Amino acid sequence: MAERVGIYVCHCGSNIAGMVDVEEVAKWAGVAIPDVVVARDYKFMCSSLGQQMIEEDIKKEKLTRVVVAACSPHLHEKTFRRACQNAGLNPFLCQMTNLREHCSWVSTDRLAATAKAKALVYAAAERVKRQQPLEPMPVKVNPTTLVVGGGIAGIQATLELADAGYKVYLVERSPSIGGHMAQFDKTFPTLDCSACILTPKMSEVGQHENVTLLTYSELEEVSGSVGNFQVKIRKKARHVDYDKCTGCGICIEKCPRKVIDHEFEAGLGYRKAIYTPFPQAVPRIPVIDTESCIWFTRGKCQACSKLCPTQAIDYDQQDETIEIEVGNIIVSTGWNLFDCTKLPQYGYGRLANVYTNMEFERLCNAAGPTNGKILMRDGKTEPDSVAIIHCVGSRDSRHNEGCSAVCCMAALKFGHLVLEKTKAKVYSFYIDMRPNQKAYEEFYQRLLEEGMIFVRGKVAEVTDAARQPSEEGKLIVQAEDTLLGKQQRYPVDMVILMGAMEPQADAKELGLKCGISCSMAGWYTERHPKLDPVATMTDGLFVAGVCQGPKDIPASVAQGAAAAARVMGMITKGTVMIEPIVASIDEEECSGCRICNNLCPFNAIEYDEEKGVSRVVTALCKGCGTCVAACPAGAITGAHFNNQQIMAEIRGALWDAAPEAKEEPAAV
Amino acid sequence: MSKAKPKLALYWAASCGGCEIAVLAVNEKILDVAAAFDIVFWPVAVDAKVRDVEKMPDGSIDVCLFNGGIRTSEQEYMAQLLRRKSKALVAFGSCAHEGCIPGLANLNNREEIFNTVYKEGSATQPENPKNLRPLPETEVAEGTLHLPVFYDTLKTLNQTVAVDYYLPGCPPEAENILAAVTAIIEGKLPPPGSVIGKNTTVCDECPRKRNEKKIKKFHRTWEIIPDEETCLLEQGLLCCGIATRAGCGALCPAVNSPCIGCHGPNDGVLDFGARMMSALSSVIDSEDPEEINRIIQEGIPDPVGSFYRFSLAASQLRRKHRPANEKSATTK
Repeated sequence: MAERVGIYVCHCGSNIAGMVDVEEVAKWAGVAIPDVVVARDYKFMCSSLGQQMIEEDIKKEKLTRVVVAACSPHLHEKTFRRACQNAGLNPFLCQMTNLREHCSWVSTDRLAATAKAKALVYAAAERVKRQQPLEPMPVKVNPTTLVVGGGIAGIQATLELADAGYKVYLVERSPSIGGHMAQFDKTFPTLDCSACILTPKMSEVGQHENVTLLTYSELEEVSGSVGNFQVKIRKKARHVDYDKCTGCGICIEKCPRKVIDHEFEAGLGYRKAIYTPFPQAVPRIPVIDTESCIWFTRGKCQACSKLCPTQAIDYDQQDETIEIEVGNIIVSTGWNLFDCTKLPQYGYGRLANVYTNMEFERLCNAAGPTNGKILMRDGKTEPDSVAIIHCVGSRDSRHNEGCSAVCCMAALKFGHLVLEKTKAKVYSFYIDMRPNQKAYEEFYQRLLEEGMIFVRGKVAEVTDAARQPSEEGKLIVQAEDTLLGKQQRYPVDMVILMGAMEPQADAKELGLKCGISCSMAGWYTERHPKLDPVATMTDGLFVAGVCQGPKDIPASVAQGAAAAARVMGMITKGTVMIEPIVASIDEEECSGCRICNNLCPFNAIEYDEEKGVSRVVTALCKGCGTCVAACPAGAITGAHFNNQQIMAEIRGALWDAAPEAKEEPAAV
Repeated sequence: MSKAKPKLALYWAASCGGCEIAVLAVNEKILDVAAAFDIVFWPVAVDAKVRDVEKMPDGSIDVCLFNGGIRTSEQEYMAQLLRRKSKALVAFGSCAHEGCIPGLANLNNREEIFNTVYKEGSATQPENPKNLRPLPETEVAEGTLHLPVFYDTLKTLNQTVAVDYYLPGCPPEAENILAAVTAIIEGKLPPPGSVIGKNTTVCDECPRKRNEKKIKKFHRTWEIIPDEETCLLEQGLLCCGIATRAGCGALCPAVNSPCIGCHGPNDGVLDFGARMMSALSSVIDSEDPEEINRIIQEGIPDPVGSFYRFSLAASQLRRKHRPANEKSATTK
């Protein structure tokens, strides 16, 4: 019996109708495409009235197939599938075709766009006729969650979940949780002590009965799918026995090897070869830096081992890989500071008193290398004048096109701290001031009143080449004051570069392991930029904090909590429905050649030695189609993406270009 | 009088003639065939003229075994004629089924083929100093001589006329011919449009040991003497058994030679060569694009000849791309 197809063409306001003659497409579809019994256009198909129209048609016209020509299936496939289901039609008999992103938004010619829309609709109609009803499979959700990255976003997510009574694994690559926030002195605009508000949360994580803290550990491999992920984590060798160590710190005190601390102290301070990054580190268990340790490099010393009261030092400790099972994963891996040496005109690394923002954070931190005194590199002199340069490596098409979102406010904070702690003049060289959150504008006003000097202009150069006696021994900031329309030279003692936030160097790699994609700039891509900011395209994987894009502490915390809420939603529901779009192997046709055995990224294919055939483990299959494409015998079929459906779709798309190909090809 | 015997016809178009020999290779059973059928047309063995066939009522031949692809206007005419006269038209052998070796000429056009044969070819030079070409019509003193038109593209039988059954192989194996003919006699044929044979691949009939596939280097057959126990593909030989329809009993692998794919693909596979390439590229054991490129360049110097040896004319590719302005001039 011929199928009865309904075609629904959406205007999407003017998003589609502005470029595609949607009325014409619907009218034409009703006449030109075989088996179409009803074809309509409507202003907003996704509205409840639009959905209702489809539901009524299904019942009244006895539709057996539905095509919705509207926006991306990412947005509304669920909506229309649900509408079909409400009307008693299997949701997999509904096909969306994307007239917005694939057609109207990318066209400038109305006639051509309309012709393309027709081809897309024809293709979808030919495809949908060959689709088969499928039933989603319920899968139980493991209530344990993995959080990757122990900065403030990850900490917040962890605590939300743990406090709600659910088990959490928190994995952090460095020896302690805390992230960048632990390095800051004050937070804007309230000037709270960063450590004072962070460390209680850190110790809560450390002591929480529901949290398993895995610091100095890296995520190695993720397999499985929503509800049931299997994760391999490599615990790097600390060379300190986690169970025996009491965190007394004697080893650190007695370690004779001092090295420059490039991580926590941003190169301004020292740490020992056995160390915790900072006094309030969680956990308090130190690690041995084997590249600096005298025992590891020269085979002598062992001071730590000799003096440890609990014999916790273990030089032979090896990396250990553990496997855990979780239902959901929150990725909150944070950011990296832009390498300011990439802008040599600002002199960082060459001119001693040019600092990065992270260096300055440590410089004015009471627990930092100068005990919070703002001193120049000689360690003695207070600056008489300080220049803060905004947008270093951000809002710059050569480096990071985007705005780093926090630097304006951090610069204001720095300005305040300099004015508070010294008698120095402070200049801010900005492109635009962007104090755009609650109480931020007020903070800007406060700094104007406190006497910070604002120069609107991008700095051309920082140099020590004096042109007149008053510039001798100074750093000269050359910039155009665009409000005066004049090139100016500002002699100062200290320059702070507000370096950009950049994605972690291995963000893409981690994304690939988990199944999260990155934007062009390298930030993780959320499922929807407005309406689904912490979910990703992979079910069960969420993102929080700066790894999704530059943001400040309150926004990171909000995302951490939001991601936790989403995970709790999954846990409370208990089961998830897995899309039934999976591969299957016809055992009659399979000759057991074993081409497919190694290919499955989810290890969902097993080989039955006895019968000489390969088999797909449906629960593990994600329907990616790798094996379907590779099977030389054509014995593997991808449900919802079989040859017949795809070829019909292609023939439909070519309805006017190759009308002779409309028929199914004869066998072989 | 006993019931009339079913009428059988056999015809030979663009092919090497091996299929005709294969029919005879059923040995003494040919007598049974001859006894069971009334052979009404078989130019190789029986004296009958085209005009005799033209005179037969439509649908009067019960089974026609047609071997060879369609290269000339004469072959096209015979295909159409035999289609009309036959109840069941069988594409017999790889040429009629998929184009086979003659189909590889679709990598060239008529002009290039004629250049090779009549201008540069050692077979005709220097006997053809005037660079003569076969023409459909030639005026001579005695009148007009006619030759079939040589088409630009070789087509398979089903690209020319509707085909009821396919008997794969280059040539079809004697026992499969016998089985098919027996099935016809006994009326136990599969549904029309079927390939008569198994719907699994040669690996199924191949006794060699198989492991998960990972290939670091492809070898050409003369480069190595393969181990007789393990899978030839795993040893780096381009064995097409993974994609080729079973039914031959893995003849080639049995004599330590890789399958070359003469039976064509399984049901539902649209493009044999694409399947082979997709499968092999999936198991090349390297992540480095340059190394992968080297493995392919060194080991597979002739991808069309390796993967489309039998199926180019039937594939999604069909032939070498032709500029649009060339099409109308040379199609017929």
